[in-house]
Amino acid sequence: MSLLEVKDLQVRVEEREILHGLSLTVNPGQVHAIMGPNGSGKSTLSHVIAGKPGYEVTGGQILFKGEDLLEMAPNERAAKGVFLAFQYPVEIPGVTTWNFLHAALNAQRKARGEDEISSPAFLKKVREVAKSLNIPQDMLKRGVNVGFSGGEKKRNEILQMALFEPAVCILDEMDSGLDIDALRIAADGVNALRSPERAMVVITHYQRLLNYIVPDVVHVMSKGRVVKSGGKELALELEESGYAQFEDAA
Amino acid sequence: MNVVAKTETGRALGDAFAVVRDRLPGKGKIADQRQQAFEAYERSGLPHRRIEDWKYTDLRALMREVLPLAPAPDAAALDRATAAIKLRAIDGVRRLVLVDGAFAADLSDLGSLEKGLSVRPLREVLDAGDAALSAQAFASDISNPMIALNGAMATDGVVIDIADGTVLTRPLHIVHVASGTAPVAMFTRSLLRLGRDTGVTLVESYLAGEGAKAYQTHDGLIVAIGDNARLDHVRLVEDSVDAFNISSATVTLGAHAHFNTFGLTSGGHVSRYQLTVTCAGEGSKVETNGVNLINGKQHADTTLFLDHAVPHCASREIFRAVVDDRAHSVFQGRIIVRPDAQKTDAKMMTRALLLSDDAEADNKPELEIFADDVTCGHGATTGALDESLLFYMRARGLPEKEAQALLIQAFVGEAIETIVSDALRDVAIATAQRWLEARA
Repeated sequence: MSLLEVKDLQVRVEEREILHGLSLTVNPGQVHAIMGPNGSGKSTLSHVIAGKPGYEVTGGQILFKGEDLLEMAPNERAAKGVFLAFQYPVEIPGVTTWNFLHAALNAQRKARGEDEISSPAFLKKVREVAKSLNIPQDMLKRGVNVGFSGGEKKRNEILQMALFEPAVCILDEMDSGLDIDALRIAADGVNALRSPERAMVVITHYQRLLNYIVPDVVHVMSKGRVVKSGGKELALELEESGYAQFEDAA
Repeated sequence: MNVVAKTETGRALGDAFAVVRDRLPGKGKIADQRQQAFEAYERSGLPHRRIEDWKYTDLRALMREVLPLAPAPDAAALDRATAAIKLRAIDGVRRLVLVDGAFAADLSDLGSLEKGLSVRPLREVLDAGDAALSAQAFASDISNPMIALNGAMATDGVVIDIADGTVLTRPLHIVHVASGTAPVAMFTRSLLRLGRDTGVTLVESYLAGEGAKAYQTHDGLIVAIGDNARLDHVRLVEDSVDAFNISSATVTLGAHAHFNTFGLTSGGHVSRYQLTVTCAGEGSKVETNGVNLINGKQHADTTLFLDHAVPHCASREIFRAVVDDRAHSVFQGRIIVRPDAQKTDAKMMTRALLLSDDAEADNKPELEIFADDVTCGHGATTGALDESLLFYMRARGLPEKEAQALLIQAFVGEAIETIVSDALRDVAIATAQRWLEARA
């Protein structure tokens, strides 16, 4: 069974249709890249998969392991194994990263009927993951993302991805705002999480990111639809010819 | 006398005062002062919205009447009070208990008082005719009708004296308990005098015994902080959700004195806390912080009046209100900087978080500055929880209420963190936690 199946998805925001029948099938172990120009609906797709309020689904469906994802609250989706790495991770003053991650992990475990993880066990786990991502300990004691640089915020997203061990990771414009070194660290973190059971959907404007996270499948989105799919060479082709050719096709 | 403003209940109260007058402690001059205070109250009656200070808290509409005086607690009442105290016991404090407006020696920790500490019930002090203390007890400004009423009717309280040079490590904890189911009123007034070079922590709690509902607590606290002395004060209002709590505190600071106070109101149907602080000695420092956590139809009003009377004093206020359902939070903060009070450093920040469309928060900061070389500032904000933060947290697996709870804790945390004692900060955090769990 496919892990994530988006079928003929139609989405509106305030009377304006953004997605006009988008379909996408993601199987375990695969990395899919979704490319497309500004306004093609890439971020809308990621938000609707994660359950962000404010979007009206007027048609189609999203199945996760065969279950109707659209019927679930955002936190239920997270507990089932859907993870969205935000393009712009928010800052939460007064809530320490450490506290937030512990509460979130336990909420997910509780929702799945698993035992809560104790503070010492959590501390050990989070330290290991943080170390592997080169995240200093004191960042965990600070408010979530408060005063973090762009690179630190993205690393914090990957830290969470590693901690929650989701089945599907959606990475929304992970490369935005990162210099080349920060991008490499983030990409290494993502690559370390690739596994035969896990799938990733990498949303990006630029081919550059895909040099570091090499996709199995590349989709081109334009005007709310997938207009072309192919192998990783499609990304290189786009880099040369641009998106203009697809604007007309859409 | 303004006959128009006088309500039926006002007359009933007048009769009641005549009845109870002889039961109130203190004779002679004190009885005269009570009479004057009562007359001052009677001239205005319960304050209402046309009086600027009471604009948001119209007691004529909210409270309507002053209830009859509570009877002295019997054995059953003391048992119910004991049970209520046990539920909210704080470790390591010296507990001083007032049940239904009467000092309960048997429930209080009066053994082995530290050297330099004196604790006496107000009733005893007044009956003994201690002129100096009695004068202090009735020195309050009777132009505020509720302070006047409190003075006229006060049945008991605690009189605490800290001798010069005494630093107490064990906090004092005044616990007010309403024991019974009858709708009655309690009137208490306490005095705290800190001598020079002293230090003490005072906790005040307001609790309800099981079954206690629509009672009224009318409390007054008069504090004098001597030169170079420090008072840390934590006040927790956990009255029953049908109760009324009208309290006033008047605090005067000597030179280089320090007053740090934190109040948390989560209980009571209608509460009003009037805090008047006067920096009377140069170099004194005041931190007044507070949190309201209210829901249902609760109404909680904190009205602060901070008087910078002399130069080189500093004051800080951090106030946070979290308002759910149809509740109504009021914060009035008035800072006055007198002409001589140069080099005053005063800052006030008040923020309200509305959790429902019907919730209301009124923030009224007022600065009156008559000196020209000062640093003063204030800010007030009101808003809802940030949806983008909530979505982020939910996308990480936190159910909505849990995500809200974390954000609310962070919101009130900045005020709670001002409590110096780790143990008392934990008590305040636990109180906030209980409120959050109850709404989950």
